[in-house]
Amino acid sequence: MTVETKSISVITGNKAAAEAARLARVDVVAAYPITPQSPVVEALSKYIETGILDAEFITVESEHSAMGVCIGAAASGSRVFTASSANGLAYMCEQLSWAAGSRLPIVMGCANRAMSAPWSVLNDQQDAMSQRDQGWIQLYCRNNQEIFDTFLQGFRIAEQVQLPVMVCYDGYILSHTVMPVDIPEQEQVDAYLPPYSVHTVLDPDTPRNINPVTLADPRLNGDGVLCHGYMEFRYLMQQAHQEAMDVIVAADVEFESCFGRSWGGLTWSHKLDDADTVLLAAGSLAGEATIAADTLREEGIRAGVLGLRSYRPFPAAALAAQLAGARLVVVFDKSLSYGYGGPICIDLQAALMNHRLSPEIHGYIAGLGGRDIKARELTAAVQESVAWVKQEKALKPTGWINLKL
Amino acid sequence: MDTTQIDQIEIRWHGRGGQGAVTSANLLAEAAYYAGFKGVSSAPAFGAERRGAPVTASTRLANAPLRHFSQVESPNMVVILEGSLLTTAKATQGLTDNGHVIVNSPFLPDALGLSNGYRVATVNADRIAEEINLRASGVIMVNTAMLGAVARATGLITLEHIERALSHAFSPKAARKNMEAARLTYEATCCAFE
Repeated sequence: MTVETKSISVITGNKAAAEAARLARVDVVAAYPITPQSPVVEALSKYIETGILDAEFITVESEHSAMGVCIGAAASGSRVFTASSANGLAYMCEQLSWAAGSRLPIVMGCANRAMSAPWSVLNDQQDAMSQRDQGWIQLYCRNNQEIFDTFLQGFRIAEQVQLPVMVCYDGYILSHTVMPVDIPEQEQVDAYLPPYSVHTVLDPDTPRNINPVTLADPRLNGDGVLCHGYMEFRYLMQQAHQEAMDVIVAADVEFESCFGRSWGGLTWSHKLDDADTVLLAAGSLAGEATIAADTLREEGIRAGVLGLRSYRPFPAAALAAQLAGARLVVVFDKSLSYGYGGPICIDLQAALMNHRLSPEIHGYIAGLGGRDIKARELTAAVQESVAWVKQEKALKPTGWINLKL
Repeated sequence: MDTTQIDQIEIRWHGRGGQGAVTSANLLAEAAYYAGFKGVSSAPAFGAERRGAPVTASTRLANAPLRHFSQVESPNMVVILEGSLLTTAKATQGLTDNGHVIVNSPFLPDALGLSNGYRVATVNADRIAEEINLRASGVIMVNTAMLGAVARATGLITLEHIERALSHAFSPKAARKNMEAARLTYEATCCAFE
């Protein structure tokens, strides 16, 4: 038997990211290599060098400059792509805020990697999650097809709400693992993703200031026009994030009508309808959780998975609506807000409190610095939580899965 | 191998850094996709690799799209690019009962002294690669040859599927040479369990 596979390629997550940037017809790529993101940049550099992609590849000496170039290029009307990981993303930190505050629809890949020290090149989600409050939309992927599709959706979302989008995918676990990915034809992508139309173009013929010093209160500019103070800009950015929730959902719905695949928009679920015990996570870990949920069901626990796709904006209402029937929610975080707990768990606790829901919520830290995490370990954690709830013990402290102290 | 009895097949590749274990693991995933497996994945062991040091890579094959990408711990099959790794890398660790052990070795399967439960196949891929002068940076390459041994010992994939995967990974000339190695290895593979 031989399967016809015209549009399928068996590729890594990094290659899927590069293919998406190519088919999105990006105009400018500026990036600095870092493990495990490097193959994305290598592939795009090759596409541009060999003429497969008609774009400008701007080599830079650092990630800080890479984002600086992206900001300049996006402000002058280009569709822009970059990618980074961990220390590189941290080095971009100051510019991430400039990109979001300037309301530029830059799309960036983050091949998630642990932050140093100690030195690690392996996966967790600390890098992206610690950039949470920079104003970027953050979307997390489960597999390489979702990576490809989310980049295309990302450009659409970014350009509609004028916010930058970070597409996050687990380093190595997805970035270096090959799996089948359906790569559509250029015409199909063009139909989904129209050319970038910029709202304000920097142009030497009509010079203008971008991001001048903005004082606390609204103030007249040189032309006598009343301009926003700093807080007004920030309020509008928050409003854009709120609007982005509908836009993220719509981008996925429209994607499904074009390509026949849907990823759920803000969240996705697995066997959630009648679940009273819900596993919640983001990225490849959440895929692993679906296997754990299946095993738990075989053991008589009505388990389901609620996957978080959009971390920012945080879909509090959507999560609350889907957790209305849950008695126990077990949250697995691949990063940590030191001195408190897992970032997704903390956000979920606050969201459910606001929505007057009070299931038991247990947090577990998993897979930091590349510690492999298997479905059976997630299963065991849920069993531990179920037993804890049955015994009506005191508040459960954050668990650490597969810790070897 | 009766694939209808197992939901998924996990294969661990053992080689030394530079021998192309990761490439073969990836090619096997692609070939298996062409053979009809809907869920395939392949990944290097996540860590720091050095040239010459023992390395592993894993391929996972399933009849439905895969939802999990954690590292393989109980493979149904190990493919060993260099015989010495059987002992130095404990290559059969975690291998399931009746698991396949496919080794690049000049010895017959029975001479390897492996547990009777395993389905052992051997082939002298070094000699085949030497004969057709399949080299990268001057070094004999047996990684693609061993795909032929996998096809012969398991029937999971055919030479045609290997050829298609090779055509995407290499230039036409290099693909032809690697295919020749796979074909010769297929023919020369000695299976103890038939």
